[in-house]
Amino acid sequence: MSAIAENGKLKFAGTNSTWRRALSPTGNTGDAIFRVLMLLVALLMVGIVLAMVFALATDSMLSVRQFGFGFLTSQRWDPIKGEFGALPFVYGTIASSLIALLISVPFSLGIAIFLVEQAPHYIARPVAFLVELLAAIPSVVYGLWGIFVLAPVLRQYVEPVLAKTLGWLPLFSGSITGIGLLTGGIILAIMVTPIISAVVRDVLAAVPGSQREAALALGATKWEMIRVVLVNGAPGIAGAVILGLGRAIGETMAVTMVIGNRPQISFSLFDPSYTIASAIANEFTEATGDLYLSSLVELGLILFLVTFVVNGIARILVWNVTRKTGGVGRAA
Amino acid sequence: MSVSKSFRLVACVSALALLVVSIACNSGGSGSTNGSVSLQGAGASFPNPLYQKWMSEYGKVKPNVKLDYQSIGSGGGIKQLKEQTVDFGASDAPMKDEDLKSAPGEILHVPTVLGAVIITYNLEGVTQPLRFSPEVIADIFLGKIKKWNDPKIVADNPGVTLPSSDITVVHRSDSSGTSAVFTDYLSKVSAEWKEKVGAGTSPSWPTGHGGKGNEGVTGQVKNTPNTLGYVELAYAVQNKLPVAQIKNASGNFITPSIDAVTAAASGSLATTPDDLRVSITNAAGADAYPISSYTYILVYKAQKDAAKGKALVDFLWWGIHDGEGFAKDLQYAPLPADIVKRAEAKINSVTANGTALR
Repeated sequence: MSAIAENGKLKFAGTNSTWRRALSPTGNTGDAIFRVLMLLVALLMVGIVLAMVFALATDSMLSVRQFGFGFLTSQRWDPIKGEFGALPFVYGTIASSLIALLISVPFSLGIAIFLVEQAPHYIARPVAFLVELLAAIPSVVYGLWGIFVLAPVLRQYVEPVLAKTLGWLPLFSGSITGIGLLTGGIILAIMVTPIISAVVRDVLAAVPGSQREAALALGATKWEMIRVVLVNGAPGIAGAVILGLGRAIGETMAVTMVIGNRPQISFSLFDPSYTIASAIANEFTEATGDLYLSSLVELGLILFLVTFVVNGIARILVWNVTRKTGGVGRAA
Repeated sequence: MSVSKSFRLVACVSALALLVVSIACNSGGSGSTNGSVSLQGAGASFPNPLYQKWMSEYGKVKPNVKLDYQSIGSGGGIKQLKEQTVDFGASDAPMKDEDLKSAPGEILHVPTVLGAVIITYNLEGVTQPLRFSPEVIADIFLGKIKKWNDPKIVADNPGVTLPSSDITVVHRSDSSGTSAVFTDYLSKVSAEWKEKVGAGTSPSWPTGHGGKGNEGVTGQVKNTPNTLGYVELAYAVQNKLPVAQIKNASGNFITPSIDAVTAAASGSLATTPDDLRVSITNAAGADAYPISSYTYILVYKAQKDAAKGKALVDFLWWGIHDGEGFAKDLQYAPLPADIVKRAEAKINSVTANGTALR
């Protein structure tokens, strides 16, 4: 390095002041070093992501060339015969995640509204803590609980009732085992609820108090006031939901243990299904043969792209709402 | 102000320098220095409990040999051995011809112990062990026999009242040597299975639910009435699962046991080739349990490092002699005496730089 530290200031050989200012606007050596280090760390993260995409893309080339677009539309997954199609996994991933959201979103909204708008502080704090604690439970524990508690309960009490009352729908037909798409979706719902409710809580808290006061001053009831707040926070809530979706799509262990792991497309929620993440986790260890490995990597690439897009959308939506509330709150 | 800041800067830089130096120092020095040898192995998860026991016991005999085994699955073990990132591999199924051909050197199969796959079930009110003929098992897993009171099941189980409920099949969802042994057996006893599904670690199952690992299958079977699945013998014994008797090639219904598994190996001696790569499912012999298999340690015949090679063959020799004594306690079947002899010959044929190591 041609810079010499002296009196805490950087002196470059050529005393090029533009360089110095770019590295450290305040002209402080410590700041300059810190800045460079942080820049390297940030670039490293970007580099790791790019390296992952690159590795996934190159390692899946064999399967991409062999199956082309058919990989996404084929329903057959037979490692022994060397036929690989991703459609049942894509279906299982999307279906289980959607079930999770259908159950989780109303709960999460309710939790967040209660915590922000209704609960006194001495209740809100512990409740928020307990809900967020759910997010800290390892997913394998959720899976065990799913096998030993949730699945038997669903088999004995919930699914027979659903079959009896709604059995005329293809959604609730088929044999009842307690293991399948519905169980996977419910486990996921419990897992994403803390994430969605925490983000929604922050979004609602970011809606300016003046909005609430204005609504109440105009003679709105509490419920009407909450509606105004919800409308204001709508993009952020959508972002929270999509963040939860991203988590649900990528979740592996808990789902694997209760979804039945069968690559098939069945409209019944009672039937076993399979997700992309589960398939990779299940089959990668013993996968032999280049095409088999390559197909699994291509599954990983699909999963990566889906989560990437979903998280991107979530970011844009959340950014949209927080940017607005940064200034004077706008009425919807 | 500037004094303290520049001091901090110096402290920062020197701390970083120290870190770099210490990392650089740590990265050196592994392998066979000052008389101690470290051997790395990886592969099948099925024999892992036994190999861990072997390693801790062998450490008492030969403290200067450091052994490490990672149970990453047979496929991973073969892959790492071929890439020469480990000193020995381990696999439940023998390596395929094309895998052996594409390896950078000749690979030997040293059988260590035997295991078996058993059929377990959850059927309320049935106390005596169920009995199955091979074709019935194949038909259940093909989805052709759907009810517990199917005449074919009833015929094998006189005097047992079977319910009219649906059979829910549970199989392994993770790819596994257990599935490979089981489907190898089904392929031998059912032409339809062989044609439609075949044998492998991760077959495309015609019916049923998938559970992850022995514990996943067991969890589903235990918690769901009217289910039927397959798990390893050792796992079933340790967890006291109901175990079915299976009709062997001689027509006898055999309760899976360690002795019945060793009997299957003895019954297959005549058909065991020189390289010891053999499937012993559906073996001959009146007492042979039909869904049995060897598990192997895989080593290169020509070792690169004489010290490591010597330590490896000594360990293998100890394993197939003294090590067999630990097998039964862990529910593995020990090798028959004839196979130990043939495995000895394999171990003795290992060389380094052209000279035999034993």
